[in-house]
Amino acid sequence: MTMQTTALAPAERAVRLLGGDLTERSLRQYLEGLSGVDAVGLEQRAAGLATRSIKTSSKAAALDRIIELIDLTTLEGADTPGKVRSLVAKALTPDASDPSTPRVAAVCVYGDMVPAAVEALGAAHGDPDDGLVSVAAVATAFPSGRASLAVKLADTRDAVAVGADEIDMVIDRGAFLAGNYGTVFEQIVAVKEACRRADGSYASLKVILETGELTTYDNVRRASWLAILAGGDFIKTSTGKVAPAATLPVTLLMLEAVRDWHRLTGEYVGVKPAGGIRSSKDAVRYLVTVAETVGEQWLQPHLFRFGASSLLNDVLLQRQKLRTGHYSGPDYVTID
Amino acid sequence: MTRLTIPKTYKLFIGGKFPRSESGRSYEVRAADGGFLANASLASRKDARDAVVAARAAGSGWAGATAYNRGQVLYRVAEVLEGRREQFAQEIAASEGVSLADAGRQVDRSIDTWVWYAGWADKFVQVAGAGNPVAGPYFNLSVPEPTGVVAVVAPQGEASLLGLVRVVAPALVAGNTVVVVPDEAHPLSAISLAEVLATSDVPGGVVNVLTGSPAELAPWLAAHADVNALDLAGAGRLEWVDLEISAADTLKRVLRPEPGVPAATLDRILAYTETKTVWHTKSLL
Amino acid sequence: MKDIETTGRGFLDYAPAPESTSILHLRDSYGLFIDGEFRDGTGGSFTTISPATEKPIAEIAIASDADVDLAVAAARGAYEKTWSRMSGSDRGKYLFRIARLVQERARELAVAESLDNGKPIKESRDTDVPLVAAWFFYYAGWADKLDYAGLGANPRALGVAAQVIPWNFPLLMLAWKIAPALAAGNTVVLKPAETTPLSALLFAEILQQAELPAGVVNIVTGAGATGATLVRHPDVDKVAFTGSTAVGREIAKTVAGTHKKVTLELGGKAANIVFDDAPIDQAVEGIVNGIFFNQGHVCCAGSRLLVQESIHDEVVDRLKHRLTTLRLGDPLDKNTDIGAINSAEQLERIRRLSDLGEQEGAERWTAPCELPENGFWFAPTVFTNVQTSSTIAREEIFGPVLSVLTFRTPAEAIAKANNTPYGLSAGIWSDKGSKILAVADKLRAGVIWANTFNRFDPASPFGGYKESGYGREGGRHGLGAYLQPRVEVAEEPAKRASRSPRPTKKGAGK
Repeated sequence: MTMQTTALAPAERAVRLLGGDLTERSLRQYLEGLSGVDAVGLEQRAAGLATRSIKTSSKAAALDRIIELIDLTTLEGADTPGKVRSLVAKALTPDASDPSTPRVAAVCVYGDMVPAAVEALGAAHGDPDDGLVSVAAVATAFPSGRASLAVKLADTRDAVAVGADEIDMVIDRGAFLAGNYGTVFEQIVAVKEACRRADGSYASLKVILETGELTTYDNVRRASWLAILAGGDFIKTSTGKVAPAATLPVTLLMLEAVRDWHRLTGEYVGVKPAGGIRSSKDAVRYLVTVAETVGEQWLQPHLFRFGASSLLNDVLLQRQKLRTGHYSGPDYVTID
Repeated sequence: MTRLTIPKTYKLFIGGKFPRSESGRSYEVRAADGGFLANASLASRKDARDAVVAARAAGSGWAGATAYNRGQVLYRVAEVLEGRREQFAQEIAASEGVSLADAGRQVDRSIDTWVWYAGWADKFVQVAGAGNPVAGPYFNLSVPEPTGVVAVVAPQGEASLLGLVRVVAPALVAGNTVVVVPDEAHPLSAISLAEVLATSDVPGGVVNVLTGSPAELAPWLAAHADVNALDLAGAGRLEWVDLEISAADTLKRVLRPEPGVPAATLDRILAYTETKTVWHTKSLL
Repeated sequence: MKDIETTGRGFLDYAPAPESTSILHLRDSYGLFIDGEFRDGTGGSFTTISPATEKPIAEIAIASDADVDLAVAAARGAYEKTWSRMSGSDRGKYLFRIARLVQERARELAVAESLDNGKPIKESRDTDVPLVAAWFFYYAGWADKLDYAGLGANPRALGVAAQVIPWNFPLLMLAWKIAPALAAGNTVVLKPAETTPLSALLFAEILQQAELPAGVVNIVTGAGATGATLVRHPDVDKVAFTGSTAVGREIAKTVAGTHKKVTLELGGKAANIVFDDAPIDQAVEGIVNGIFFNQGHVCCAGSRLLVQESIHDEVVDRLKHRLTTLRLGDPLDKNTDIGAINSAEQLERIRRLSDLGEQEGAERWTAPCELPENGFWFAPTVFTNVQTSSTIAREEIFGPVLSVLTFRTPAEAIAKANNTPYGLSAGIWSDKGSKILAVADKLRAGVIWANTFNRFDPASPFGGYKESGYGREGGRHGLGAYLQPRVEVAEEPAKRASRSPRPTKKGAGK
């Protein structure tokens, strides 16, 4: 009971919005005071956005943009340095037969694979805004998040120390579903601090909500705001290890949260749907949803990413069709 | 030595009370053999206006009562009517010139009609409503609701009590309130029935009885914008087409005249209902 | 992070994704569809145009009084000789065929509807035409189950039905009329609206493909005069009308004193009530859908937004923001959200009432849509600071114009919502179930949508209270309009006694 009134770590955004009296109680009251979500209406809006049709001359640009927003991902227990080298090569040159193909935004690997990724990238390692590829590491006992805070922070620091530019953390879903919003909040704040480098800069923090386990849209809305208030740079839908992963309605909902945050403060937070986006057609629908919800300004690597692996090849196939005029096949794109 | 009787004064029934006509008028009610029976109030258009106001005011309470409650009240009317069977039979015999036995049978049928309708109060919604299986994540329900204030011209020159009951009772079942113009020549049972209603927990204003001339009153009721439905059951000998045309100005629901005494039917309940269909989104998420 | 310039056209420019009209095989001129075939009318002709371009589409016949006589006679003949003698299951089979043919020709019908009416192809393709097929499918199944419809045993048809439909959902309104009428065993003479005859005439071709017996459905095109003649015709047993309250009144007067049964589906001025505990973003979608769907040409449109005063500014803000993403333009463009206004007259009415709104003191805001040069267009418009006494809070505009009013408590919302001679529909937005159900109880409207709006389904009865008309279309209730009332008598005491079983004598007489 005393936890209710104990002060939470004074994350800057939360203090600004909720005032100096930042406690479990005040945080809970704020989150529970957010407008509810009608699932039927939300899903219908997403379905409506999915009917938008892009003209052919815009399709090429859309496909390129999708590639530029991909975090090319491998997150398997069986990952090896060899696998990571193969992934990086694909990230840099997705389609060797077509040098006009852009690079992806980042590669996403387990923390202990970061050194292999950094080495493989070499001079191409850097900010996607500069045409380079960044390294994102999952951390905090990904995917379950079930470990002590100390372990999760160590996981984070280790990845940052070996060169990760971005950290994809998972929230404590158990704590969230038990209503311990303060616990979830403080963990995010701590992980954000663990992203601090010696030179004072921070790795960019993506907060994975694992929407498939939060289940309800009301929970996703609350978790989105919680993650933003705690200092996340991105809110991300899923680990990709639980179904359902990213869906258009849930992504729409999260875009509405960053939209509202921007209207409130003028600040920018990014959104990353991850898992389950396999076709270009689907990815284009996400682009449309972003454009009509927060604006095309968000369609850049620092504000939107696709967490995907097989999506890239489908986009390449579509690119090839546009280039050659006929349908392509799996033999004409490389596996990684 | 025969005792001097106290003749009853027959007044209107409006808002649960028994006022005389604001016009002060009355008319002679004659027995079948032509003898004087009583002076009945001759309702004016202002009485009709007041009756509609009373009916509208009583609407939310009556419609807002549970169906069970309405059924109980209607059944109580039957109980009280049963208890006064002899008095009603005598009134009818004297007025309509039928035998006491036939009059008694008319009262019996009226009571039975009332019981039949009372039993519908908490059932007709189940028969006339529906859960609709729409093609989407919605809970969709259609429910009949009372239409509001019903103005009625009761059968004229037929069995006066039975005719009245057959047009009033069905309107009440769903929660409507009624303004009725009873049989002009045989109005006494209507006022006696009003006494029964007044002592049966029927809230004031739910039924209002305007004895008098249908020809005079019906046009005012047909044109009244705060009347929702018009039952022309007993208007066959009036210029009823004009009444229907007048009612069309406010899109009233109109029942056309029919000969004789209307049958007791479920359709007469449903005629005064509006079907409301509600869609509710449903989702676990 | 980059500062992307978003003022110019990004790559997500939804340039025309037009549905091609090459799918249509239209004739230059159409006759009347009477007794199973197209034949010339004797009342002259008129041209139907596309309201988006003002270009002519085809020449349409005007049915004269003599033509209407022929049509009614054909319907009567078909009723007596064929349709009333046919089994319910056979009638159902014809309706199933029609449903299937509509599905087969769905794309063509959607394009024709958008071309003639002006509504976006997205709507005719995703809403109108699928509902048309669904309506025929639903009533096909009732045709041989009328005993179960709750209208008594072996209910009988009325005979010949005269049906007059409006221009806002031409083919859908046709389906709402014809499907239940035929399922119940009636034959039909239907008059489409003057500005939207095309889909009905294509539907007539479908009836030929279905081999529906001649005369069961007859379609007579024309203007108001044709409709009036049809409704007045002495050999018609039933009149069904959807349209304005003003015309509905006239029809009710016309049939007064006759034997004809009539149902009317008229205008509305629905309240869309948004409580402070509403799911806000979905409520905004619901507001948009409620009044801008089909350009607001919807009798049940949510034309009055009743928003709780405490959230008025936020809701209006979000609404205006949302309206900036609406796309207005070519109805045949798959990305178009707002199509053309159906006619010059309708546009004039919308303009007049909107100007009046401004004069009476409301604040006018218009969505930043570019209006094409030709055609009839009106950009989505929101009026705030509207009061209950304003004309635009009372009169049906029938266009993409929203009037915003406020309320403080649920009771006040209900009172304002009900304070109208209309009573067709309403919307309720709240996250609190008990409040939704209680408010729904109190609203005097025939269709109530909770946390949604403008949903239709053949299983769901639709119709109004008060001056929005009477009768219901859709569901089991929709059959009632086309069947004779049941004959029943309450049990008499004597009869009851005679029916109770005699107790058996046990052990007697041994």
